[in-house]
This record gives sequence, C-alpha cells and structure tokens, in this order.
Amino acid sequence: MTRPDSERRVALIDLLDRVLAGGVVISGDIKLSIADVDLVQISLRALISSISALGPEFGSEGALEPRLYD
Amino acid sequence: MTDGLGIWLYAVTSTEDGPVVLGDITGVAGEAPRTVAADALTAVVGSVPLEVFGDLPLHRNLEDLDWLAATARAHDAVVSALVPRGPVVPLRLATVFLDDDRLVGMLDDRREDFRSALVLVTGRTEWGVKVYCDRATLTDAVTEANIANTGGGKGTAYLRRRRAQLSAQESVERDAAARAGEIHQRLVGRAAAGRCQPVTEPALNGRRDWMVLNGTYLVDDVRTDDFAATVEELEKDLPGMRLELTGPWPPYSFAGVDRESS
Repeated sequence: MTRPDSERRVALIDLLDRVLAGGVVISGDIKLSIADVDLVQISLRALISSISALGPEFGSEGALEPRLYD
Repeated sequence: MTDGLGIWLYAVTSTEDGPVVLGDITGVAGEAPRTVAADALTAVVGSVPLEVFGDLPLHRNLEDLDWLAATARAHDAVVSALVPRGPVVPLRLATVFLDDDRLVGMLDDRREDFRSALVLVTGRTEWGVKVYCDRATLTDAVTEANIANTGGGKGTAYLRRRRAQLSAQESVERDAAARAGEIHQRLVGRAAAGRCQPVTEPALNGRRDWMVLNGTYLVDDVRTDDFAATVEELEKDLPGMRLELTGPWPPYSFAGVDRESS
C-alpha cells in the first residue's frame, strides 16, 4: 500500500476532485460563479489525463508543494 | 463594500473555538484572509478583485489550468491552516459574495446546516483511497486460463486467442468493478461516511495502473490507524490490486448536503 508522506504531497487531480466537487455549495442571492462545475471538471479530467500520459510531473503524480498539518 | 472587491469564502468554523490565527498564509488573490462572524459561526474570507474573481472573468480564468491549479492550492492552503484550530466546513471553490452583509445573511439563513456539518466533521478527518489494478496482467492471466489449446491451424488459433482475450477483458472488468464495490463497502464500515468519486480514465488503454475505485472517507481520528490497517489488509487479500491512501484532507467531500452516510 502507498502511504501518504507525513509531508503531505497532494496530486493536483485529487485536490481538484475535492475543491470542485466537494465543499458546501451556496446558491441564491449571491454571486456564485461555478454552477457548471461538471463541465469544467470533465474538460479538466480529459486535459489532465492526456498531460499525465506525456509526463510524470503532472496529473496523478503531480505533487504540490509538501505541507505539514501541524 | 469597497468598489471592485468581492468576498471570497474559504470556510466556516465555530466561533467558540477562539480567534482564527492564520500566520502569514495568503489567499487566492494574495490577500490576507480575515474573518466575518455571525453569532456562533465564523466565516474565513478574503477580499478579492472582481476584475479577476467576478462572474465573467472567473469563468474565463477557470478554463486556464495553471490559474485553476494555483487558485485551488491557495484555497486549500487557507482551509487546511484552519484544521488544527477545530472543525472546519470548507466551501466549494469560487464562492464569491458581493459584500459582508450578504454573507452574514447567508450564515444566518443556513445556520443549522453549518452547525450540523460542523458536528459531523468534529474529531474526523477525510482520507482518500484509490484502487488501481494491473489490467494487462490480469487479462493475460485470464486469457491463458480461457484457452484450451486443441490444435487447429494458425488462423483458428489466432481467432481463438482473440476471442479468449476479449472475453477475458470483459470478465476482468466485471470482476474489478465487483471488487471495487466490496472494497468500498469494507472501508465505509470503518468510517463515519464514505463516497465514491468519479474514476479518472487512464489516458492509455491497457495502462498498468487502471483505476477501479476513487473513494473518499470521513474517518474518526481515533480510528485512523484502524482505517489504514484495513487498507493494507485489503491490498494483501487482493493480488493484482494496488491501494493508495491519500490525506489527511479537510472534509471537502462531507461538508455538503448530498452525503451518503454509513
């Protein structure tokens, strides 16, 4: 099993999965700009998987800066 | 509010957990995040230029992968910095208000939703589990098993092999889907809640790393080791499958209303 580092390295795709599809969604009397998130996500997924085929530094192995929780 | 500035919402926390101290973390616009309190709820926000984060520019900018990546990282950095302080309910990326008053109004309207979300995530952390299998190897193994080598000419042998390969592919996929479902159920049993996210398609067919499950789980902090041990056990029990644990994550996938609890 691959264990996460204590220095959390985050693949961009995992992060986007969460910040674009998760989190509380507010609608109503505000300016909310991402109603069509699914479209954005689909095009991103296609883009990211095609990039990841080209190079290991992007896509599912693309690590963000490591960061510590504490 | 000030002309040309919108209010970007990062997360909502409980006021009673004390002051929000973010050190020198900067937000999506390089701004210093601040707080807006509404009774028991404290929102962590940033003032961001509408010429970048307003409706139309935002739609354009979201199409730019580098911009999106940097924005997602900055949003996550602020949300994650709040985690040690106490329970955090993250907002979906790109939630922008026109002024503080509207934000306070929303916090009042949704007070109960936020409170129950804060309760749900208290003492719990989100962990991701991705399951990959080696499609090529599994298919080859099944193909070999399917071929009863009964002679015949080269053409016949080729056709037989091709048929065996196709049916092997199908049974490998069925089998993997079934196992992914079993793995998810096992993990949900070890967690307070769990969800399956869409599986990212591999760019190339037959790639060795074929993702069959992209699950994410909200796990009691006291059961973190137990959960990790379960992931390890599952991998041992399932040859040809690789499990990858990611996290800790802020509870992005369990803050909304559409959750599937165990």
